[in-house]
Formats: sequence, structure tokens, C-alpha cells
Amino acid sequence: MSDFSQPMPGHQPAIEGEATRGGNEPPSGKKRKSGGKSLWADARSDLLRSPMFVTALLILLVVLSWAVVPGVWATQGRTECDIGESNLPPTWWPFSLPPGITEDRLVDGHLFGTTTLGCDMYSEIIYGARPSIIVAVTVTLFTVLIGTTLGILSGYFGGWTDTIISRITDIVLGLPFLLGALVFLALLKSQGIIPLTIVLVALGWTSMSRIVRGSVLSLRDQDFVDAARAMGASNSRIILRHILPNSLGPVIVLATLYVGSFVAAEATLTFLGVGLPQGETLSWGITIQEGQNLATAGFSHLLVFPCIALILTVLSFILMGDKLRDALDPKGR
Amino acid sequence: MGRYTARRLLQFIPVILGTLFLLHYLQTLSFQINGNPIRALFGDRQPPQETIDNITRAYGLDDPCLEQPGNPCLGMFVDRLKNLATGNFGQDFNGRDVLTLIVEALPFTLKMTFLAVVFEAVIGIVAGVLAGLRKDKLTDNVVRISTTLVISVPIFVLGVLVQIFLGLYFGNWLKTREVPDALKATFSVAYQEDYPWASLVIPAFVLGALSLGFIARLTRTSLIESLRSDYVRTARAKGLKQSRVVGVHALRNSLIPVVTFIGIDIGALMGGALITEGIFNIPGIGGLTFRSIRNGETPVILAVVTLLTLVFLVASLLVDLLYAVLDPRIRYE
Repeated sequence: MSDFSQPMPGHQPAIEGEATRGGNEPPSGKKRKSGGKSLWADARSDLLRSPMFVTALLILLVVLSWAVVPGVWATQGRTECDIGESNLPPTWWPFSLPPGITEDRLVDGHLFGTTTLGCDMYSEIIYGARPSIIVAVTVTLFTVLIGTTLGILSGYFGGWTDTIISRITDIVLGLPFLLGALVFLALLKSQGIIPLTIVLVALGWTSMSRIVRGSVLSLRDQDFVDAARAMGASNSRIILRHILPNSLGPVIVLATLYVGSFVAAEATLTFLGVGLPQGETLSWGITIQEGQNLATAGFSHLLVFPCIALILTVLSFILMGDKLRDALDPKGR
Repeated sequence: MGRYTARRLLQFIPVILGTLFLLHYLQTLSFQINGNPIRALFGDRQPPQETIDNITRAYGLDDPCLEQPGNPCLGMFVDRLKNLATGNFGQDFNGRDVLTLIVEALPFTLKMTFLAVVFEAVIGIVAGVLAGLRKDKLTDNVVRISTTLVISVPIFVLGVLVQIFLGLYFGNWLKTREVPDALKATFSVAYQEDYPWASLVIPAFVLGALSLGFIARLTRTSLIESLRSDYVRTARAKGLKQSRVVGVHALRNSLIPVVTFIGIDIGALMGGALITEGIFNIPGIGGLTFRSIRNGETPVILAVVTLLTLVFLVASLLVDLLYAVLDPRIRYE
């Protein structure tokens, strides 16, 4: 098909997509209060004014920096552990001390106490962020890539493409997510970041593809797409410059929510003993699993602190996703 | 309606075959990659080749296609389907019928899932209605914040935390008080055989908590939507009492998505049951799966997952059909 206006290198397709909504200005949100602002600029000024979004964003930036440069935050190296100081609660621990541990054994300098091997719990939580974040972000990237591609293909072209892709989606959706991941990993018998990522991607792309398909279906027959087609634009151009930018909103919202749920899924599968291998890597799931047995014996600090780290991270992603959804939904204004 | 049901049933067949094939293919791949699982039974010992061959044959794992990586082993798949149709789920490595194992374990899981569904439906709907009726007031904010929190806590984290705080600390405190034994059994760290219902209450609470959050939110949004609609205004204008307007006109319509959710949720509950049963040591399907994963007993894992997947698929099918009955506005032609 002839196409006279290939996108220039470096030209952002998103700009034209927004222009089709009528009135687009490069983000200059503060100068112009209303009218003429693009959806994205509007959403951004909305979001930055929401204290909840900003808090969640800050928490996530901190967790991200734990994953990227743990050495800056950690107070102790990964191997600097003293087995003589194992399982100690922090000095400020308000609850009753675990059996066999007296007040005078507590050591200063451990904000969250020590682990079973006598390592600093605070540092262990910092080191544990990396595998969780790596898995969650990689899985989300691939899910978005696969889900969006298949969703657009199936929504835009319809017909046989749609039938085949939709049936495959149905089949994968037929396996409950956690159950499916559990059985995949148990059968593969290999643990580690790569098998875990592959399994989560293999099961996770379906709902993304469904949602993108839905929004492409609603976009496909709109006037600006017809106009582009009448001007002789090729399918690939229509998809890349008109369909994709306009279906990006739900994708971004879903991706944010996904990162949170994949952090949770990684920890859950690791906790069940099929995710990351114990001993080699540190991760929140492993720390929680190790803490669980001793926690029922009274050492609850082994459990509480890694749980709080995990909950805060997942919560922040979910809150961010919720706020993004509100901001990007024109009906909610 | 009749045509829709027929079409939906016809669509159901490829999906169920596809999902079963997915599970089958995974298992053959696992055998092709990891080698004969029978060898793993003997651990470090070296049994004579003859013994291995005999056992391999007894479990039907002597098919030559299991030595060709990537071969989907269609013949084995057909055999398996035949076995499934006659209710033969195979045997575990101790020679016990997997079906017997499942039948023994099922009552515990069913009881817990039942309690969880009752719990999430009752509390979730009540909380959602209260929040929806008092939009943006205190109740609404409390419900919104607490449901967001509940949704972001991964189920295993909630499980271990509840086990520590309600089971261990509160349970120990309760043991020194004069209360009925059933109450003591309710707040304990593990399942107690003498109190089959009471000691399942807390695990069921953990299992249903996530869905409770979703149900409360769903009820709230859809109730707010129907309270704004024309037929509710008409009902008010006719002079009906508030309780009748809300209870009959608004609520009944806004419960349709909630009913759908509860149906689809069965899959999530099945996955979650594995975790809660593991944490609280309940001898149900989850405990069975746990042990099989640890021992590498693929026949059991596969049988359980196949069964749960079938339950999940049938539940989704029923929900889809129910949806068409419940909501006369929906036309599937």
C-alpha cells in the first residue's frame, strides 16, 4: 500500500494521536488552566496535585533505588552476618520478647532486628527488592508488548485473526493464574528469575490483550480512522499513529496495576517454594517464608518487617494505578 | 437465549480441550526435559534398570515420544482424555488412586470455600451498600480505604500475619480465659480436627478477604450508578419508601455484576485455597498439592489442577448463562 508520509525518525507518534482528540499543546500544563490541554497534560496536573499519588510515587522511587543501588541504603553487607546475634528483635520492639531472648541480648544498630542467620533485617529487605522488581518490571514489559500487539491485531483486523487469537486467549484464561503458574513451575522443575519470568508472561498477557482488543474495537470505526484511511494511510500507519496512541491510556493503567500484582505473584510463588531458589538469592518471598515457621514460635519480627515492605510496594502500585485511571478517564471529570 | 446457550456450549468444547492439552503438553515437556520421573522416586539409590522399566510401564510412561523433546505426544493425550472420561485420574507413586486422594481431601476445601464465599458475599455486599448510600461520607471513606488495603495485601502475607496475630497472640491470650472450646479452636494457628467448622473460620476469612474487597467496591460503584438512574428517580417520584427504592429497584439491578464476580471468583479461590491450606495446615486439596509438589508427584499435581480447571471452566460457563437470564437488557444474538 502506498504511504507518502512515513513517520520521521524521532517523530513521536503520540503527538498526532493526541491531536486527533482536538487541541494538543506540548505539556505546558501550568500556564493554561483549561480548554485546549491534551488529555495527558490534564492528567499530569491532576496527578501531581493528588497527595496520594505523589506519596505512592515517592515510595516506589525509594523501592526502585533499593533495587538499583542497594549498597547506598543497606547498613550491612550481604555476608556480614553474626550467627551469635540471630533472631533478635530490634531494641525498640514493643511486644513481649520471643522465648529464650532476654533484654540484655538485644544489640543496637539493627533497625528491624536480625534474621535467623544473624544478618541485619533492614539490609536484607533492601537487597530483597532487586529480584522482585526485576521480575515484576520485565514481566510487565513483555506482557504489555505481547498483549498490546495481539490485542491490536485481533481488534483491528477482526475475522480469522481475531478468532484464533481470542480462542488462544480463552484457553490460557481457562487456567486460574496462580494455579497455572504453580503447576508450570512445579513441572518445569527449574527455579530462578528466568523460568519465573517466562511462566508469568505466558499466563499474564491475556487480560491485557482482551482490554486492548476492546478499546481497539471501539476506535476502529471512528471518524478519524476513516479519515486517515480515506487519505490513503496504510494499515501499519493507522495502527501506529492513530489506534495505538489512543488506546494507550488503559494500557498504562493496567501496566501499573500489573507491576504491583506481579511483585505479589513473585513473592507468593517464592513463598510456595516454586519461585526463586532459596539460598542463592534474597527476596521478600524468601525472607517471609523463612520467617513464617519461627514466627509461630514467637519471633514475629522475622515476619512483620518483610511483610510491611511487600505490602507498601504493592499498595503503592495499586494506588498509582487507581489514580491514573481516574485521571485518564474523561468521563470521571 | 436457546441459541446463545448452544453457541456458548459449543465454544466451551475447544476451550476445555485446549486447556487440557496445554496441561498435557507441559507434562510431556517436563518429562522430555527432566527425564523419567520414576528415577527420582529412588533418590540416591540405584535400582536395577529392570525395576525402573517395570514401574515406568506400569505408569504408562514408556511411550517413546517422551524421549523426543518438543513432541506433543498426541497419542498419550487421547489416552488421557479417555481415562478422564471414565473418571480415571491415575495413581500416585505410592500406588494410591488419585481420585480417592482427591475425594478424601475435597470436603475440607469445599467447607472452607463455602465459608469464604458466604463471608465475602455477605460482608462485601453490606459494606458496599453502606458505602454507596453514603457516598463521600465517613463510612464510604472507611470502606474505600480498607478495601484498597485488603486488595493490596497478597493472600499469603495476610495468611501469615493473621496466623500470628489472631492465632498466636490473641489465641494464647484467649486460652487463659473462660471461653467455650470452640472459640479457642477458632483462634488457633492450625486446623483442629475436633472442630471442623470453627477452626476453618479464620482460614476462610483470609481466603475470602481479597474478593471481599472487590465485591465491596463493585457493589458500591454499581449501586451509585443505579441510584442516579431514571428508574430509581421514577420509583422515588411514585412515593415509594426509601427501603423499597434501594432494596428492590436499585440494589437488585446493581447486584448483577456482583453475582458474576462471585462465579468467576471460584478460580481465584481455588488458587488461594492452596495457600491458606498450606499456611493453616488444613488437610484439603491444597495440602495434597503441596505434598505432591515437594515430592515431585506429577500425576497428583496434574490431576488436581485438571479437576480444579474443569470446575473453574464450568463455573464461568454457568455464570455466563446466568448473566443472560439475570439481565434482560443483554442480547447475545
